[in-house]
Amino acid sequence: MASDTTPPPVGITGCGAWIPRRRIARKTIAGAHAWFNPALSGGARGRRAQAGWDEDSVTMAVAAVRGALGGADPARVSALWLASTTLPFADRQNATLVAEACGVPGPVRTLDLAGSLRAGTGALLAGLLDGGLPAGATAVVAAADTRRAKPASADELAFGHAAAAVTLGREGVIARLLAWRSESEDLVDHYRAAGSDHDYRWEERWARDEGVVRQAPPVVRVLLESAGVAAAEVARVIVPAASAGDAQRIAKACGLAPDRVVDTLADGCGHAGAAHPLLLLARCLEDAEPGERILVTGFGQGFDALLFEVTDAIRDRRPAATISEALAGGWEDDNYLRFLAFEGNVELETGIRAEADLKTAHSVAYRSHAAVTGLHAGRCTACGTVQFPPERVCVNRDCGAIDRMEPYRLADRPARVVSFTRDALAYHPDPPVEYGMVEFEGGGRLLAEFTEWERVPLAVGAEARLVFRIKDQDRIRGFRRYFWKAVPATRGE
Amino acid sequence: MATGIKDKVAIIGMGCSRFGERWGDSAEDLMVEAFTEALADAGVSKTDIGAAWLGTSYEEIGVGKSAIPLATALRLPNIPVTRVENLCASGSEAVRGAAYAVAAGACDIALAMGVEKLKDTGYGGLPVRTRGSFNDLWMPSMSAPGLFAQLASAYAAKHRADPRDLKRAMAHVSVKSHRNGALNEKAHLRRAVTEEQVLAAPLVAEPLGVFDCCGVSDGAACAIVTTPEIAASLGKSMVVTIKAMQIAASDGAEMSHDTWDGTTVANTRIAAARAFREAGVRDPAAEVGAIEVHDCFSITELVTMEDLGFSTEGRAIRDVLDGRYDHDGAVPCQIDGGLKCFGHPIGASGIRMLYELYLQLQGRAGKRQLPGLRLGLTHNLGGAPVSNVASVNIIGRLE
Repeated sequence: MASDTTPPPVGITGCGAWIPRRRIARKTIAGAHAWFNPALSGGARGRRAQAGWDEDSVTMAVAAVRGALGGADPARVSALWLASTTLPFADRQNATLVAEACGVPGPVRTLDLAGSLRAGTGALLAGLLDGGLPAGATAVVAAADTRRAKPASADELAFGHAAAAVTLGREGVIARLLAWRSESEDLVDHYRAAGSDHDYRWEERWARDEGVVRQAPPVVRVLLESAGVAAAEVARVIVPAASAGDAQRIAKACGLAPDRVVDTLADGCGHAGAAHPLLLLARCLEDAEPGERILVTGFGQGFDALLFEVTDAIRDRRPAATISEALAGGWEDDNYLRFLAFEGNVELETGIRAEADLKTAHSVAYRSHAAVTGLHAGRCTACGTVQFPPERVCVNRDCGAIDRMEPYRLADRPARVVSFTRDALAYHPDPPVEYGMVEFEGGGRLLAEFTEWERVPLAVGAEARLVFRIKDQDRIRGFRRYFWKAVPATRGE
Repeated sequence: MATGIKDKVAIIGMGCSRFGERWGDSAEDLMVEAFTEALADAGVSKTDIGAAWLGTSYEEIGVGKSAIPLATALRLPNIPVTRVENLCASGSEAVRGAAYAVAAGACDIALAMGVEKLKDTGYGGLPVRTRGSFNDLWMPSMSAPGLFAQLASAYAAKHRADPRDLKRAMAHVSVKSHRNGALNEKAHLRRAVTEEQVLAAPLVAEPLGVFDCCGVSDGAACAIVTTPEIAASLGKSMVVTIKAMQIAASDGAEMSHDTWDGTTVANTRIAAARAFREAGVRDPAAEVGAIEVHDCFSITELVTMEDLGFSTEGRAIRDVLDGRYDHDGAVPCQIDGGLKCFGHPIGASGIRMLYELYLQLQGRAGKRQLPGLRLGLTHNLGGAPVSNVASVNIIGRLE
């Protein structure tokens, strides 16, 4: 047990989130399994989110962090925590990759937190309690999960893929931590063994009634008492349960009014694992009013409870309504087989073109990581020409200066389409692959793949933005490469 | 000031294998086939050849690295043999090596061989290979048709062309080449097709359909060059000489600088200007009687007509549809069927283009013969519009 009621000097200063645009109706999933497990159709309501083939917990965290930083200078980020139970690398720091992709320069403290669905609230607590954040600096806590489920399992319906991030700082705090409490206990309601793709679950009713419904009340009661806040004074209660019914039952057990429990985003997203508490918190901050108290809980081998109070600063620093917009948007895929393929649960014949060896030369990757991970072009200080990939000699024929390049990040600049094609021949996990030249406002161009599932027609001159995505999966060596892709504006945010 | 090699090098012998899916033949077999024809045509003996160049691109799935495969296949008696590689322009590069050696006086008679054995890969189209350890980290998964197809999107936008007109003009390009190729016994694809067939074909890379793409073929082509003086001493009456031989390679501007709008192949324009200057051609459309261009895709041929200056900017769609480049048009193009139908064994294609013009200039093109040709142009492109090497050669009768 650990707790504190002294408000730390560090608070939440902003937030961002990413819900993949791919959605599948739960009845589509249940319908495919009706022959095998007809009971699934009972809970098959609404739609869940699924990561595109080129998204994982790293790319989604990058999207959430970029959203949380907004236009802020990434150079101010001094620490970045990444929480997930589905990190693509067990030994290669994922948080570092996220930081570099977000344009955060070298002197940054990074750390992955994993091992439990409680990793999200754990990371948030670690960031808030961290004493090392200097004035003027920003810390980032990101959480993302892309949990896979066995076909015809309840998890397949319950899970959703999403990421959320908050920025922390000493200035411009929009939500401050009033109190927190954390307890741990090795209760195994479900687990996923290292190296395994899927969870194993014990009986749901036991997990609920003997697990969180029993664990939560004493923690919440002590937390509220220590903060001097009455249960009725808590405006919003975040309970990261898969269903609204479970969330309300848990709240009720804690003496909290069930109508204060915030929407669990079951429709449109689904349970986003370690990211879920942060996702719901980010959703609350989209429309929370100053003075509102928000209780955030997280569970998994224990129980975390964090009580926040929204400050006046939120009036001027209101986070973008990313989650509301994402829930209203999206693109529903009615193809369950494609859902399975993207989950890695069915192996398709990919043809001879997929046999190409995707071995990565890591020495080359390291030499070029600023260009490849951070999308830094070169800008010639002699003539101003922006050029990608960066070379030592300026591409401008009227210049040709040698060694006058300075790094120039393209990732955050608006672009427009110069040329494009839809290619049915080249191998791609979601054919046809679309690619073309895009040109950036302020100079520079990139021969880029286009992404996002919907096949909105491309057009020369269309606006585009850049996103960090999986580029290749080296199945022989288990390595994953990332690069930037263009999303035409017509494919929505 | 260099004046170029106009009329300093004569082509005295050429050979070309039948192109196509040569399942039963190796690259070595194909080289021997082309060489045997060229040697007989030249009327010289193997021991007269002082140096040789081999152009091949996919050595990893074909003959292997170095020039040794050529030297060994032909049993060349330990002469200097060099392998060159410049993607699909490798054949032209081999001829350039041989021609420059003769022009420089380094040897009397030189051989250029281009070969590619593509049908040993299991691929329907071109096999996938690395673009280099850095480029593989960022370049999209792309195919040749997809890289060229982008020309169509940018071209239509720039010239405000109705995409349906562009698609029809592209179809006309292919229909014309199929009609020409049907008359060519050595061609890979020898069946005429209709515009309706072309337009209805499945898409490979939008807007390119199957019929907008050239054949993927096995084949070899070969040239034997010498000085005009030696050609005359061998009793050659209808001597064909090289008027210009130019290659331009990308400096990265297309990929990395905003000066390229994606509607042209910039190097074609540069190489063509240099070639016309070297050859002393002032009015290409009036002086050049036939052209063999790098029609890897119909859209490539279409924009090449503007890049070479045979159509004015934005006019190619109209000119193509009007039949300007048909067999009986003002500037006959791909008389032999082109890459589209003769086929495209990468390393051999540049030499195959010269082979057709060489036959035409000597009045030996049979059913495809054009009347009174004096000057012909080849355009051989390696790479893709965004990064490439363009070769423009002009050959003609020695006046």
